[in-house]
Amino acid sequence: MELFLFILLSILCIGAVLGMIIVNNQAYSALFLVLAFSCTAGLFALLDAPFIAVVQIIIYAGAILVLFIFVIMMVDIKEGLTPEKKKWTMALACILAVVLLIELLVALKSALSPMATSVSGQAGNASEIGHLLFTKYLYPFEITSVLIIAAMVGAIVLVKKKDSE
Amino acid sequence: MIPPTYYLVVSIILFVLGIIGFFIKKDLITQFLSVEVMLNAANLAFITFAHSAGSLDGQIIVFFVITVAAAEAAIGLAIILLVYRKHKSIKTEDIHLMKG
Repeated sequence: MELFLFILLSILCIGAVLGMIIVNNQAYSALFLVLAFSCTAGLFALLDAPFIAVVQIIIYAGAILVLFIFVIMMVDIKEGLTPEKKKWTMALACILAVVLLIELLVALKSALSPMATSVSGQAGNASEIGHLLFTKYLYPFEITSVLIIAAMVGAIVLVKKKDSE
Repeated sequence: MIPPTYYLVVSIILFVLGIIGFFIKKDLITQFLSVEVMLNAANLAFITFAHSAGSLDGQIIVFFVITVAAAEAAIGLAIILLVYRKHKSIKTEDIHLMKG
């Protein structure tokens, strides 16, 4: 059952990302990515991380992708995107990506052979994560709040139109 | 019990697909979406290692990565809007201010 769910979610996730790359419409790309992120959240839940799975759905599939769709709505491309002119760059990118894929798989094969048997990890419930966040990771957590405020102010200042114009 | 190697293979495939998308697409928004895919692949690897090591630290790191990704998306999309206002286009071929 677990293996079936894993295979289903992985195939859906990889297929959705492929669809994002192939489809030529940005709104459809963003919607494919919502599907991909939801499937990743399912994989997180399979890995005993329910809190991160819920955060993934709320923040990634909810907030960030809605932001993307808003921007796609504002940036209207009338005639759609023209197909790429330089074919050789696309072929080069695909060849290099396949080389990287093989390289990473070889690295994985040689690095992971001793730890093939996995320990059954403790369930990452929200209370334990909250406890860790406010004890061991207190400073990173507080600095994150500064980062978010800086990003918010920066985004508002960047996009605001000048009054004089 | 699924071995962690399977999850890592999925993570690697997602990462490489993100790289392919970043290089073969020529509009800024889809490239930005590909960057998010790569971040997600890294998150999946983090969660896998946290699970197989039996510790919660990897999940905390993923929490921070998601937060930083949210901030990055806000700033990046603001910059894309600015580029669109200036050039009336979001294709990377049309943005050549620094070309000699």
